[in-house]
Amino acid sequence: MALDTTQIQDKLTETFGSAVFQYQQEKDIFSFEVNADKITAVILFLKNDETTRFNFLTDLCAIHYPENEADRQFAVVYHLHNWYENIRIKIKVYINGETPEIKTVSSIFLSANWMERETYDFYGINFIGHPQLKRILNMDEMVSFPMRKEFPMEDGGRTDKDDRFFGRTIDNC
Amino acid sequence: MSNSNINMVEPPEGVVGEGFFATKLNDVVGLARANSLWPLPFATSCCGIEFMATMASHYDLARFGSERVSFSPRQADMLMVMGTISKKMAPILRQVYEQMAEPRWVIAVGACASSGGIFDTYSVLQGIDKVIPVDVYVPGCPPRPEQIVDGVMKLQEIVKNESVRRRNSPEYQELLASYNIK
Repeated sequence: MALDTTQIQDKLTETFGSAVFQYQQEKDIFSFEVNADKITAVILFLKNDETTRFNFLTDLCAIHYPENEADRQFAVVYHLHNWYENIRIKIKVYINGETPEIKTVSSIFLSANWMERETYDFYGINFIGHPQLKRILNMDEMVSFPMRKEFPMEDGGRTDKDDRFFGRTIDNC
Repeated sequence: MSNSNINMVEPPEGVVGEGFFATKLNDVVGLARANSLWPLPFATSCCGIEFMATMASHYDLARFGSERVSFSPRQADMLMVMGTISKKMAPILRQVYEQMAEPRWVIAVGACASSGGIFDTYSVLQGIDKVIPVDVYVPGCPPRPEQIVDGVMKLQEIVKNESVRRRNSPEYQELLASYNIK
């Protein structure tokens, strides 16, 4: 009784209706979108349901889409893995760019604790209910969120780097 | 001692007579310091591997009086920073430097320690001279042990020619003040 993607889709539509949508096969991974307010319920359901049994959170991260409309500026991506049948799924949740916040899943998967801290560290997304939402990799004094697209690629403190040697100015003078 | 191949350091310039030798205190102190520089390795990445080769028998930094690698900043003379220093690491590096007793010298080994190297990015310190004063820069990515030895020899030259009063001079105080180090 291998778990079929249609089964997952049917289960989700049955339980959550239109809060889960945009089902699609992206390359070899079944993906869908979830409304931000339903994300914890959906993940808890997928984890505990007897047929889906997605018992492992492989990854949690974010994507910045500065070109999107205000309500879809950030996407939080969840990768779940069913160890019993070796099936993976990807869930995307779009959230607002002005106040990027979403409920934490660290109470469902403990591993999400550090992943959410990392996502906060790099994108500034506020995970509501997270037990210790503070920077994890970057230094505490940092004020910016470096993976946001508006953040400059290079460090401004570099003094020896001359644009001429990197083909960034036309005239070599 | 006739068939010994132990090399001795040349004595400094001075006046030799029967039973005495007169020279400048500066030169003697410089000679002593330069030939017993105890290194404190601060190795974070590949340059540190090159340093291991430098310390090992083939290149043998001990030949230059750096016999004892001191892992305590308080007993070290020469801080050798090897590898990428992230901005999060910078305060720790600074603290290590502050714990060293005067006189103290710093060698930045490799591109990362000297300038940030290829890591021109938000998380990497763009050269350790942003947080502590540096005496000798060794280029390379990573430098070969010969280059590290050359850097140490360059530093020995600096140490030999340094005035014993330099560390009390207003210029030196100013230098430390510019890094906000007491």
